[in-house]
Amino acid sequence: MKKLLKSTLAMLSVLVALTSCNNSTTSDSKSGALAGNVAEKVYVAPGEHDEFYAFISGGFSGQLSVYGLPSGRLFKVIPVFSQDAEKAYGYNEETKPMLNTSHGFVPWDDSHHPDISQTAGEIDGRWVFINGNNTPRIAKIDLSTFETTEIIEIPNSAGNHSSSFVTENTEYVVAGTRFSVPIPQRDMPIKDYKGNFKGSLTFISVEPEHGHMDIKFQLIMPGFDYDLSHPGRGKSHGWFFFTTYNTEEASTLMEVNASQNDKDFIAAVNWKKIEEYVNNGGGTMMAANYAHNVYDESTHSATSTMKKEVLTVNPLDVPGAVYFLPTPKSPHGCDVDPTGEYIVGNGKLSANLTVHSFTKMLDAIENEKFAGDAYGIPILNFEDVLAGSVEQPGLGPLHTEFDGKGNAYTTFFISSEVVKWKLGTWEVVDRQPCYYSVGHLMIPGGNSRKPFGKYVVAMNKITKDRYLPTGPEVTQSAQLYDISGEKMQLLLDFPTVGEPHYAAGAPADLIKPRSKKLFNLEDNKHPYAAKSEAETKVVRDGKTVHVYMTTIRSHFSPDNIEGIKVGDKVYFHITNLEQDYDVPHGVSMIGANTSELLIMPGQTETFVWEPKQEGVWPFYCTDFCSALHQEMQGYVRVSAANANTPLRWSLGEDIE
Amino acid sequence: MKKSNIIMLIAAILPLGLFLFPLWKITLEAPQYPTPLGMYIHINDFSDANPHDIKNINLMNHYVGMKYIPEAIPEFKIFPAGILITTVIGLIIAFKGNYKWFLYWFILMVALSSAGLYDFYIWEHDYGHNLDPKAIMKFTNPDGTQMGFQPPLFGSKDILNFRAHSYPRLGALFLGLGIASGLIAYLVGKKNKKTT
Repeated sequence: MKKLLKSTLAMLSVLVALTSCNNSTTSDSKSGALAGNVAEKVYVAPGEHDEFYAFISGGFSGQLSVYGLPSGRLFKVIPVFSQDAEKAYGYNEETKPMLNTSHGFVPWDDSHHPDISQTAGEIDGRWVFINGNNTPRIAKIDLSTFETTEIIEIPNSAGNHSSSFVTENTEYVVAGTRFSVPIPQRDMPIKDYKGNFKGSLTFISVEPEHGHMDIKFQLIMPGFDYDLSHPGRGKSHGWFFFTTYNTEEASTLMEVNASQNDKDFIAAVNWKKIEEYVNNGGGTMMAANYAHNVYDESTHSATSTMKKEVLTVNPLDVPGAVYFLPTPKSPHGCDVDPTGEYIVGNGKLSANLTVHSFTKMLDAIENEKFAGDAYGIPILNFEDVLAGSVEQPGLGPLHTEFDGKGNAYTTFFISSEVVKWKLGTWEVVDRQPCYYSVGHLMIPGGNSRKPFGKYVVAMNKITKDRYLPTGPEVTQSAQLYDISGEKMQLLLDFPTVGEPHYAAGAPADLIKPRSKKLFNLEDNKHPYAAKSEAETKVVRDGKTVHVYMTTIRSHFSPDNIEGIKVGDKVYFHITNLEQDYDVPHGVSMIGANTSELLIMPGQTETFVWEPKQEGVWPFYCTDFCSALHQEMQGYVRVSAANANTPLRWSLGEDIE
Repeated sequence: MKKSNIIMLIAAILPLGLFLFPLWKITLEAPQYPTPLGMYIHINDFSDANPHDIKNINLMNHYVGMKYIPEAIPEFKIFPAGILITTVIGLIIAFKGNYKWFLYWFILMVALSSAGLYDFYIWEHDYGHNLDPKAIMKFTNPDGTQMGFQPPLFGSKDILNFRAHSYPRLGALFLGLGIASGLIAYLVGKKNKKTT
């Protein structure tokens, strides 16, 4: 018994020693000499992963960049609206249909506002939606593959800017027009804009399982410019808010003529009410022509379908569905706080920052306290809906996000700074300069009920002398601030791809586990796939030749082909037989009027080659795949158009 | 039922665990494989530790001229039959036999398992040494002889850029416990015989 007591005591003392040791290390790490070190806060050691994903729009590059935070490291540029020769997006036969529109093949767009899908008001990390401004489109990027899997064109829209924001359960992704236009389009004098041009606000339903998009309805609004938008959340779920400018309805010298009204509007749209109206047969079906492009992961191919009609809704037909909230001076961002109570109108030419109250708005509506109407849509009294103003916070407020701890962060373009202020008391807490001319900013989850208020990323339009110069054209940039304390702290700035208009962020843990490593070869349903070397072949159909080719370390099968003739149209359908993580193969053919292919394991992609000259022409693997990558090459013999060289192919032996 | 016979009954049943759990595992580690490549050897099958591992082991090995890991080998028929037969024998003697039979069963199992391990060694040796003369990369030992790529039968070993590990898994433990229980059944039976 004594022995037992002794040993128990011994064990206990060891445990106490261990615990106290633990305690001392914890306190050390908090109060250590490096605790205040900025570099340490953004240092992600080699092989370690970042804490957050940041999806930063590429603006005029038409793409979406994927960064890690806090390191600012760039992982991938996802091609969305622009052709990308690196990944063959928009060049290979499979993805060309993704860029189809009612105007034909449009290989570029201006991508602006990524927004991550939500469930119950919190970001769920399934998809990112982003708008194409110029030829109005909304794209969906699947975050299991980080590839664009769907694009829908928006009819009756122009300068698709107040887009692509999702409702609390991703019921809808919303696309508002920036430019009002004749609806339907017709030949008419520009000077007759006022009263005749219209602005469309489009509600695109998102099918919950696969995210397929379909236009549910278009609200045909007065001919203002609809600049940005955000969904209501929590108590204001069911409403959507859009900032407007050019309520003057000018059509020329807009910088002056669209800046005359003392107040423009935030349009508050009760989409639940309109949804109910539409579900009960309301609305007018209008002839239209717009493309709906869907990429199917099993066939590794996209199809483009032209849709011929769209359901339009006149706001006057749904009483109580739309109200105007007067908001000073051409507001840009329209931001709703995590509780859904405050709607911030960032009046970009205003000296103050206006915040509306959702509760007061409902109260004003109930008591029918209207100041008048615009084209029959009730205008509420500014004072009746105002929650408060942040007085003299800076110059040129553009966009506000929230940290979930009662603070808001607003960018000021003209005074080039981020300003932190308190919701409810409207007092300014801190301000930090941006280098230079900041546009939007992003807190991961900042457009949701649950922001992750650790960092804010500010996106700058101008960098001038901030980096090594690269001639007249210099990079734009993003800046990372630590917002975990009372004062903000600038940690890092890093260059961006294209123009970073807007961003969305999410904790890495939300997305990382769902990221695919490869495509299962067994699941490949591409009509021209060769799933083993035994299935490879070359088939002639008149002047069209289909090559069913495979790649695996480190050869093509077949790698010798004869019997191709000048004037043929040769489709190379290449299936990557690899089933290992991070083993893509590339392929390129001399003289092919297209890009290379970059084929992921288990995937099939196709390029077209139209040989114009007799000879023996080599092709090779373009992605360093293995120690024998340099040997991964082959030849195609091209004979004269009238030659009778038989069609033959081989691997590992001479063509007999 | 006598205590020794109950132990023998357990001894006979335990090796059936081989049908539930893998017998052996070979793991290959290399810097480019943060998730190592791995292959389980079951009584009747080879299987991937992670999806597509065997395909990727084959792809690696073809550079040095090693053959593909076969989909099926005759052992996959013989070994399960062997286990089933010895289990039936074990069950019969657990119910009918006396302790001396337990010893014979134990010796039989030790002999068969040793033969199995030897067979496995032969296969591994052939796999690691019988190389394609047209191999892309040919390596020689310092003494000029052809380098072999045989994974270890038991333990860990460096093979070019890989570190290979070869260790028994749960199935082997069930077999080992079964065999050991056979011996225990014999010893318990023998002790009881003496005391009575």
